[in-house]
Amino acid sequence: MNDKLHSVKLDSDLCKGCTTCVKRCPMEAIRVRDKKAIIINERCIDCGECIRVCPHHAKKAVVDSLSVLKNFDYTIALPAPSLYGQFKGILGDRNVILTALKHIGFDTVFEVAAAAEAISTLTNRKIRSSKERLPIISTACPTIVRIIRMRFPSLIPHLLDFRSPMEFAARWAKRVAQKETGLPAEKIGCIFISPCPAKATAVKLPVTNEESAVDAVIAISEIYTKLRTAIKRVIVPEDLAIAGSPGMGWAISGGECSAAAISDHLSADGMENVISILEALENEELPQVDFIELNACVGGCVGGVLTVENPFIARGRVQHIMKHTPPVLRPESCPVEDVGWDHSMEFDPSLRIDTNLSDAITLLAKIRDIESRLNGMDCGACGAPSCHALAEDIAKGFATEDQCVFIVREKLQALLGQHENPDGAAESAAAETEREEQA
Amino acid sequence: MGALHLEYTVAPDDFSRAGEVSGIVKRTLKDLGFPPAVVRRTAIAMYEAEINMVIHANGGKITADITPEEIMIVFADQGPGIPDIDLAMQEGWSTASEDIRDMGFGAGMGLPNIQKSTDYMDVQTTVGVGTTITIKIFVTQ
Ligand SMILES: Nc1ncnc2c1ncn2[C@@H]1O[C@H](COP(=O)(O)OP(=O)(O)O)[C@@H](O)[C@H]1O
Ligand code: SF4
Ligand SMILES: [Mg+2]
Repeated sequence: MNDKLHSVKLDSDLCKGCTTCVKRCPMEAIRVRDKKAIIINERCIDCGECIRVCPHHAKKAVVDSLSVLKNFDYTIALPAPSLYGQFKGILGDRNVILTALKHIGFDTVFEVAAAAEAISTLTNRKIRSSKERLPIISTACPTIVRIIRMRFPSLIPHLLDFRSPMEFAARWAKRVAQKETGLPAEKIGCIFISPCPAKATAVKLPVTNEESAVDAVIAISEIYTKLRTAIKRVIVPEDLAIAGSPGMGWAISGGECSAAAISDHLSADGMENVISILEALENEELPQVDFIELNACVGGCVGGVLTVENPFIARGRVQHIMKHTPPVLRPESCPVEDVGWDHSMEFDPSLRIDTNLSDAITLLAKIRDIESRLNGMDCGACGAPSCHALAEDIAKGFATEDQCVFIVREKLQALLGQHENPDGAAESAAAETEREEQA
Repeated sequence: MGALHLEYTVAPDDFSRAGEVSGIVKRTLKDLGFPPAVVRRTAIAMYEAEINMVIHANGGKITADITPEEIMIVFADQGPGIPDIDLAMQEGWSTASEDIRDMGFGAGMGLPNIQKSTDYMDVQTTVGVGTTITIKIFVTQ
């Protein structure tokens, strides 16, 4: 993927060249070279794990700021359901948050939760009518879609062929706004309030290879302080909420399953868990389920790296709001025709050793040969996540054997040994025991 | 033409690691870019043969020879051997103990499944000496 399309970036001034992110990246997409971390764009899925783990805060997400609002005549805030878990003292009425969004500059708000809810209903319908490609895997989290496209291509036919709630909400909101304001589509800005960099990337490069209907993405963390102040100042909240409780639930892991009301389901969150589920599914080791919900972040979107509140606290708050929201709040007629994909989902060969099978085999043989000379400790001192990864980098010409500290030490020892002890250590040791025996 | 030779050892009686080699080879085939159907068929056959090594034969050695045209895998063990191969090839036939069955193995479908998912299967076995199974999967796009 093109560098400009990624949202996770490195601030090289802050990077100390430690290998924390290198080791934790689930895609092995990071290397330390010349004392700085670099992200291999082709492998990055924007999960944000490196942002989460960097002790020096050198990894950041590139998203828009509130100043984008001035690019449009009319702006619509599209709050992710996870936004609702960020603030205390809401007392079950999220209208306070929605009203505050207007106060910080948006002309109106449109709840992504409403789109999520509609998608859940359609998902339920789809699963009940289709028997052949079950289980269906949720496509709400773009990081999940990307890893499946790259690492689990055999599971692509299982992907739910619906746009994400964010995409659908943008299309829906824009239609409504066009009708209400009479403005042309390009003068209306749909701005997603995001819990994660993955969503920002999904806007620049939608997983379905189409143009996104979202015009800008602002991080929850970016507007958090301003919004919190605005929330405190709301006296009479406007009645802006339209989504029922199931839509809210999408903020937390498992919420999408409950919203779709599918009895045989499975949900997993956190990249490590997600990968093990995908592997099990591919190996046909999973019990039969109809629907699988996967979230890259622990706890679901409340655990997104661009949120502020602790995910477990945020989850409790979302659940509290759900309790105070009826299952159907304000049924709006939604443009169902905007839900399905227009484009097919394609395999992304970025992880392939080589696109030509024969060349890939030759290259892997070379990689394994190099790897056999490395000591297998996976220490990471070379700046690669494992000895195998370094061997691959060497074989492809991106690194040299001298990056391995053990190889350098061996070379050094050999050099020193030649100087101090021209006859070799083994011989002199043998001579020593001989002398001892004689004595 | 590219060629790759891989060797692995399967530990005896270590059920927690049963299927490990199949998993590694499967990942390798995927990374190399073999068609999903080829990867799947190889993985199914390998898993069964690897499990058989663990539950019936005290482990053994697996070698894989990979070219763009075919995947050949040899499973060699020094276990008890198979006295009646025609019987062993029958669906549902198993000598697995109660304990093994409790762990979810021993349904007697392993050898028949290997046969079904491969293009070539050869079993050389001598009672008291060991068993060597060779399988091939031809690569068709
Ligand atoms: N490597 C082996 N060494 C000895 N016996 C084997 C081996 N593989 C299979 N067998 C015999 O063949 C039988 C059938 O094998 P299989 O079809 O895999 O069923 P299962 O493993 O479930 O018993 C086994 O129960 C066992 O008696
Ligand atoms: S789980 Fe939610 S917050 Fe995390 S990457 Fe996926 S969409 Fe973004
Ligand atoms: Mg078996």
